[in-house]
Amino acid sequence: MKKYLHVVNVGFQSNLQYRFNYLARTLFSFIPLFAMLSLWRTIYSGNAAAGGHSGFTEAQMVFYYLLVAVVDVFTAVNEDDWQIAADIREGAISQFLLKPVDYLWYRLCLFVAGRIAFVAMAAVPLAVFIFFCRGYFLAPPSGLAFGVFLVSLVLTALLQFFISYAMAMLAFWLLEISTLVFILFAFEYLASGHLFPLDVLPSGIKQILFLTPFPYQLYFPIQVYMGKAAGLDMWRGLAIQTLWVVAAYGLACFMWRRGVKKYSAFGG
Amino acid sequence: MGLARYLNLYVALWKNSVTREMSFKGNFLLWIVVEILWFGLQLCFVSVLYAQTDSIGTWTQWQMVLLVGASNFIQQLYQAFFLTNCTNLSELVRTGKLDFLLLLPVNTRFLVSLRVVDLGAFVNALLAVCVMAFAAMKLHLAPSAGQLFGFAALCVVGIMIHYSLMFILATICFWTVRAQGIVWGYYNLFNIARIPDEAFRGAFKAVFTFVLPVLLVSNVPTRVLADTLASWHSWALLLGVGIAWSVISEWFWRVSLRRYTSASS
Repeated sequence: MKKYLHVVNVGFQSNLQYRFNYLARTLFSFIPLFAMLSLWRTIYSGNAAAGGHSGFTEAQMVFYYLLVAVVDVFTAVNEDDWQIAADIREGAISQFLLKPVDYLWYRLCLFVAGRIAFVAMAAVPLAVFIFFCRGYFLAPPSGLAFGVFLVSLVLTALLQFFISYAMAMLAFWLLEISTLVFILFAFEYLASGHLFPLDVLPSGIKQILFLTPFPYQLYFPIQVYMGKAAGLDMWRGLAIQTLWVVAAYGLACFMWRRGVKKYSAFGG
Repeated sequence: MGLARYLNLYVALWKNSVTREMSFKGNFLLWIVVEILWFGLQLCFVSVLYAQTDSIGTWTQWQMVLLVGASNFIQQLYQAFFLTNCTNLSELVRTGKLDFLLLLPVNTRFLVSLRVVDLGAFVNALLAVCVMAFAAMKLHLAPSAGQLFGFAALCVVGIMIHYSLMFILATICFWTVRAQGIVWGYYNLFNIARIPDEAFRGAFKAVFTFVLPVLLVSNVPTRVLADTLASWHSWALLLGVGIAWSVISEWFWRVSLRRYTSASS
């Protein structure tokens, strides 16, 4: 356990090197966010009945995108998948086959460290942005919902990480995985509710999307926070999310074992 | 002598790019698929928006499809000619490979900016044209030759604006070396180019119209095509800001190049 804490510590420090990069990235990401908010506000001001189908008021719609930004800061996989793929391609994983350190846990520690560093850097600009939009921020419906939201946030981060990890394992077989990563990302972007809340979709399509893990990568914790998934729905969602995390972990381990069998070390 | 020589050079660079792309055919095709998916995502977003309302400002659904198509068209052409080269500049500086290009008896900016051609982007630009044509049909548009010419000319201006702005960002690498993050940050600006201008107000609109004119880049050509341009002011503005940024980027490039000290010396 101690060795993994050490990895987190080292990862945190090496990530702080890029603090300017993180700051720039956060600031730049406000531009499309702000544009999205303006777009929806224009829609609601032009058509008062705009939320009739989705059940989102103008304030809730704005709040939804703010929450997406917040959840994203805490849970998004940043460059971990590229780094894992590079480790495999360049043979850097050889040392993990010898050392008593599990590569998956090692990467998970780095992911956690990276998120802590990112949150630390993004906190100030994000807080300023939220301050300006404070009128839209709503309290969670109850303390319990907030607790479930926090648990779900952790599960969301784990799910994102394990899926990216499993995807990066393809580097054992393929030279270039960036195209596949972007294809997966396109589906995630839509089906996880990044682009718009899934409630605006026809209910049939929404139900199909909920058969995939994607909504549990972003949309579900937001639903809990906004009180749109309450009572039995909330607990069932949490259970399904947990199952998806376990499944993604299983897939990640499976891919790793198959990959290592295939692996013949760079230059070896 | 001058122009013909550069044309010859450029043809050679094209041949190079074709050879390079064809050595990874699978990957070449997959990148086209990636771009098609993201384009489809944007169109899907438009249909979601218009399921909530009939118009955004005065923009109707098919007008916005036309806008998304035009914005994608401009972005893909920009990507075909310049994007890879802009993102590579910091790598050239970091590794000192720029030495090699500086020694060649050709304009260095020409080489740095146009070395690699992204051929897949042309396929996607063509797809954008198809989407625009379909939207134009839905709108019952019959653009005159003048409108088509105006659209094409303004697209060129738009591409030059994207290029000038991104080249300035890439040139920052002469100061900080690791500028790739900054260059990718510009990608966020592409995202707002495909949103109807009427969705914005106040300072945000002013900045992204007069300073960083991304709100003009695809909105103005689309309005020319859809015949909804209020006055000639907006295209004159687009042209003026375009020229201003081209001049600034050339000046900044020259100033920055003087700071170049190569690697490991």
